[in-house]
Amino acid sequence: MNRPDTLVWLASHELRLSWRDWLSLMTAGRRTRARTVTVALIVFAALMHLLAYSMVGAYAGALPDKATLVTVTGCILLSWSLLLSQAMESVTRAFYARSDLDLILASPVSARKVFSIRIARIGLSVALIAMLLAAPFIDVLAWLGGARWLAAYGVVAAMGALAAALAVALTVALFRTIGAKRTRLVAQIVAAVIGASCVIGLQVVAILSYGSLSRFAPLQSEWLIEHSPDIASAFWWPARAVLGDSLALLAVMAVSLTVLGASIAIFSVRFGDHVMAAAGISGTVVRQNRASQGFRRRSAARALRHKEWTLLRRDPWLVSQTLMQMLYLLPPALMLWISFRHNSSALVVLVPVVVMAAGQLAGGLAWLSISGEDAPDLVATAPITARRIILAKIEAVMGTVALVFAPLIGALALASPVAALVASGGVLIAAAASTQIQLCFRVQARRSQFRRRQTSSRIATFAEAFSSIAWAATAALAAAGTWFALFPAVIAIGILGGVRLISPKP
Amino acid sequence: MSQPLRPIALALRALCKRYDRPAVDNLDLTIYGGEFYSLLGPNGAGKTTTLRMVAGLLRPDSGSIAIEGIDALADPVAAKQITAWLSDEPMIYDKLTPFEYLEFVAGLWRIDAATAEARARELIRWLGLEPHAHERCEGFSKGMRQKVALAGALVHDPKLIILDEPLTGLDAGSARQVKNVLKERVRAGGTVIMTTHILEVAERMADRIGVIAHGRLIAEGTLDELRKKSGLQTGNSATSLEDTFLTLVAEPMAPPVAAE
Repeated sequence: MNRPDTLVWLASHELRLSWRDWLSLMTAGRRTRARTVTVALIVFAALMHLLAYSMVGAYAGALPDKATLVTVTGCILLSWSLLLSQAMESVTRAFYARSDLDLILASPVSARKVFSIRIARIGLSVALIAMLLAAPFIDVLAWLGGARWLAAYGVVAAMGALAAALAVALTVALFRTIGAKRTRLVAQIVAAVIGASCVIGLQVVAILSYGSLSRFAPLQSEWLIEHSPDIASAFWWPARAVLGDSLALLAVMAVSLTVLGASIAIFSVRFGDHVMAAAGISGTVVRQNRASQGFRRRSAARALRHKEWTLLRRDPWLVSQTLMQMLYLLPPALMLWISFRHNSSALVVLVPVVVMAAGQLAGGLAWLSISGEDAPDLVATAPITARRIILAKIEAVMGTVALVFAPLIGALALASPVAALVASGGVLIAAAASTQIQLCFRVQARRSQFRRRQTSSRIATFAEAFSSIAWAATAALAAAGTWFALFPAVIAIGILGGVRLISPKP
Repeated sequence: MSQPLRPIALALRALCKRYDRPAVDNLDLTIYGGEFYSLLGPNGAGKTTTLRMVAGLLRPDSGSIAIEGIDALADPVAAKQITAWLSDEPMIYDKLTPFEYLEFVAGLWRIDAATAEARARELIRWLGLEPHAHERCEGFSKGMRQKVALAGALVHDPKLIILDEPLTGLDAGSARQVKNVLKERVRAGGTVIMTTHILEVAERMADRIGVIAHGRLIAEGTLDELRKKSGLQTGNSATSLEDTFLTLVAEPMAPPVAAE
């Protein structure tokens, strides 16, 4: 057993917590599910390897020429922006989670040591998640193109370490500039924007330059290849490392670990100060405008809807999630604008994107509204029927979805009224279907558990995704004017029927 | 103790609820209007299950519940209109202010806005929440959250107030404020039924005390009547409710007995 109060002892404690946290996330807290989860993970890994084979199999023999280096570097930057976003999320969570904070800070253990380990844990977890996600692609490339591709694991780990280091620096900077109260919301929004901006930025460039939604189009452009740094530049080291250059790999890993080490050395003390500052936040004073000075006359249903909308509006996490949804709608909106100028037939491509986004957004909102009721006893003991309560909550969800998507559909209507009509129908149906699925699998939870809503029912999560996809396909085919739209519609209805059949009975 | 002239606020008849074992077993209970009734019992005795059934949060397997003469199982909405429920874990919305929370509760109970606002302001003042009335509840202490929840339970002026361990985790000052508000409600003609593990509270506040074990009412009455039932000396100030309670629950299989 390691001596207490050493870095190794603290690290083993953190690793044990991380492992149990992950296990709980996978099994939804039920150890009996461990075997099922293992089988599901193996099947999922096999499917991912097949998918990876179809996507990157042809590139296994790639050599470090300039075109390849540009494409690989682009992919690294894209993935890294997502890792940075994930790391910022983790750092923000570490700042605001109380959990064992009181115990730690009340103990004689050095706070600097504890927070050094916590920063390292964030780096490790981000790197591990990235390696797990990249594994199918790296494995396929190594199998087809040789062991040199295994160096990509090292690059991914280095990217995780670098992302954690920068995330800590960014979040600490936010704390110092805008304070503990505002950092939570702003950091989550910044994380969402960072995660989406790189992917979306490339898509925007692709649309503007090539009329394509593919984010890889700009990476393969002759102009970019010509104007990129010289092939001998250190800029290409990460890409060279991915392609199996051992020296480049060593350099990339050394730089990233040094940056992470420096980040730990510089920020671990401040990290502790900021965690304590975050824990000491008192109630947020809400400024009231003139209209909200007194009580307003409301029916029970209207009071419920108003409450849901107020809570949604004041939920920083949801604001960032909604922002992400809206950001992902930016490329289709841009496509709309370009198509509107020249040719309206390309608008069909927008319809499924909008419908899919509506289904996903409604699923999240429905979970918050139906399952994430923080005062279930209060609502259940109110003199209003359970049916009316549910209806009011559904109205709150559908109202929000309508509010979010109305401007886009309005713009679509200017270009193609038929496409707009189909899209609005699709949005309503997909949102209603996702809400129905959440209703079938409703559980009693806290709103703060939103992040883990997938674990409460994986069937609901998958059903919601497949339902949204099926309705998106239906809308796309309907907008194209083909009767084949009936096929995905039947599948979507089948999914709903299946959900009703297998959902737990109240 | 016979109280024939007083209206019955709550009547439970042959109430049963079973999980893997009977939680509430053929329970008969009568609480009169304007009475402060304390329900005591060891952990797992069935107190919370009983109160949750009365509040409409659980459906009994069999039996009947009448609140102010309204059949709560046949017409739950009417019964809920005159009932309030408060548990030991205050369930409020972190992102709402106490004032907004009370406005929401008033909306749920369809209380006239002006009346509800006047009551809310009065409750906020009584409970010492004025300085925080327009702050979000997310930073509130347990005591403050419980006071907000209590204000929510009272803002619709219920006839029957059901409280499950409402003083758990409250500091002395907050506990006194809550007790004062409850006493005031009883003085104004309201009925309170409360479970508590703080026997001193039951001893000081309750008009009658019911002791429940294994889902059955094993004793009921005033403190003196319970002392008599337990075989301990009546009028002996050294014989506290704690002694009486421990003596009573030490015989868990005793048949249901009313002190009368």
